[in-house]
Amino acid sequence: MTTAATETPLAASRTPSTLAPNRLARALIYTALILFAVYYLLPLYVMLVNSLKPLGEIRQGDMLSLPLATTVEPWLKAWSTAQIGVQPTGLKPYFMNSILMVVPAVFISTVLGALNGYVLTKWTFRGAGVVFGVMLLACFIPFQIVLIPMARMLGLLGLAGTIPGLVLVHVVYGLGFTTLFFRNYYAAFPSELVRAAQIDGASFFQIFRRILLPSSGPIIVVTVIWQFTNIWNDFLFGASFAGVDSIPVTVALNNLVSSSTGVKEYNVHFAGAIMAALPTLIVYIVSGRYFVRGLMAGAVKG
Amino acid sequence: MKERLQDYIPKLVLSPSFFLILLFVYGFIAYTGYLSFTDSRILPSYNWVGFENYERLWKLPHWWRAITNLAIFGTLYIVICTVLGLLVAILLDQKIRAEGVLRPIYLYPMALSFIVTGTAWKWFLDPGIGIEHTMHQWGWESFAFDWIKDRRMAIYTVVIAAVWQSSGFVMAMFLAGLRGVDPDIIKAAQIDGASTFTTYRRIIIPLMRPVFLSAFVVLAHLAIKAYDLVIALTGGGPGQATELPATFMYSYTFTRNLMGIGASSAIIMMIMIFSIIIPYLYSELRAGARR
Repeated sequence: MTTAATETPLAASRTPSTLAPNRLARALIYTALILFAVYYLLPLYVMLVNSLKPLGEIRQGDMLSLPLATTVEPWLKAWSTAQIGVQPTGLKPYFMNSILMVVPAVFISTVLGALNGYVLTKWTFRGAGVVFGVMLLACFIPFQIVLIPMARMLGLLGLAGTIPGLVLVHVVYGLGFTTLFFRNYYAAFPSELVRAAQIDGASFFQIFRRILLPSSGPIIVVTVIWQFTNIWNDFLFGASFAGVDSIPVTVALNNLVSSSTGVKEYNVHFAGAIMAALPTLIVYIVSGRYFVRGLMAGAVKG
Repeated sequence: MKERLQDYIPKLVLSPSFFLILLFVYGFIAYTGYLSFTDSRILPSYNWVGFENYERLWKLPHWWRAITNLAIFGTLYIVICTVLGLLVAILLDQKIRAEGVLRPIYLYPMALSFIVTGTAWKWFLDPGIGIEHTMHQWGWESFAFDWIKDRRMAIYTVVIAAVWQSSGFVMAMFLAGLRGVDPDIIKAAQIDGASTFTTYRRIIIPLMRPVFLSAFVVLAHLAIKAYDLVIALTGGGPGQATELPATFMYSYTFTRNLMGIGASSAIIMMIMIFSIIIPYLYSELRAGARR
């Protein structure tokens, strides 16, 4: 699952056998592929066009038509005045919470993962395999199993309901994957270079900084994207451990959409959903190649 | 002295992460395991009651609903994602000119939060404003699609949304697999007069065995963990119609304040996942060591 897929870029072109030599068959294949594309794009399209319609137009019109009277009102409302929780704050403060949570969590888990991967490949010791196995298995636990003790632990540490508490949770449960990424990447890095530097008297950290780090660009990007996507999109930990002032955007969006009071403002819900999705979508659009590599390298998405 | 210190640095660097994981993962599993044998309700209690929670759990219709739903959802989710993923990957592997445009379109749902996916499909499938309403507007008055409100059909709407989210990822796995097939094998088959269809059926698809296995493990473990999507799409309803083990655990522990039962359901989820993941990781790591 691990390295083989990483090294086979999807865009590589061996000459594939052609399923369909004739024109009709090829037309059918293209039609099928385009229909699939429509299927995948449809929900995004529905969210987008309906987020730009006044509410009445959604109720009376149909979901697939373009807005007759385009309005950005739902977007403004979702961002700054929609009722979420007690105050009509919109998603803005929750969006900020997510940023404050994601940035340190991604940074810390990536740094630790890089150092762990470095130790596990270039400074191996007896039992390193077991240590790695223990860390790897931790990636796959159902998080339900840690919810109860984690709530108590955060209470003991005085971090219950805070953003630092959420950062801790995401760092701990992201470590397995970040270590896995760097370990697999550094395993392919020539150990001779490390040994030569050791003989020259370079220290543990000097070797890491001067020899491994300069060529770690791609895997850092992969890891950062992976962690960013997972932590930004997290719902379970946010719903379980966030306090009033640390609710992340996914939880706020769910509160907005599922609140049963008042009129259901579908257009505001759609605008909010796109807003919550935008950061990871942008990352995906800008660096989709690395996103896919992360998926493949982890092979198993957590 | 400096030599000695150098020897310890690597282990010192690794140990915080290792001990964090030991405590927060394995220690916590042990703690939850212990609670599952106690009469904990709203707060943890250390009063040992043996297997009572497990016995009660397996007598709860609510839990059976969750397990049955997981079986339906898991099977359909895995099968449809695999078939769809393989199909699209094969179609996309026919020297398609627009591949660079199509591939990212198939895969982008994977970058979205399940809460976003759930919100989109919740209203899209809602009879009041979604696809049913749209068809009525277009003049197809008798069109009905209200699965999301129908107790018997609601679990299938979870499948629809989950397949939409994950099938592109399975496609990418198969595509990477297809691109790794040795072209000489295919050439040899064609020289032997095998039709393209036969080549796929008899040679290429069997070569994808490791991908089938990886896809199965990924999808099975995602299915068992599925939580966010159900919460956003149906909230477990109507009634308990889309309850899954993950939502069951959450509501028993935190809403119904039956922590002992919640803990025992979490342990069962973990056993399900580990019985799939451990053999897989074991064989992967061994294969890695041999390489």
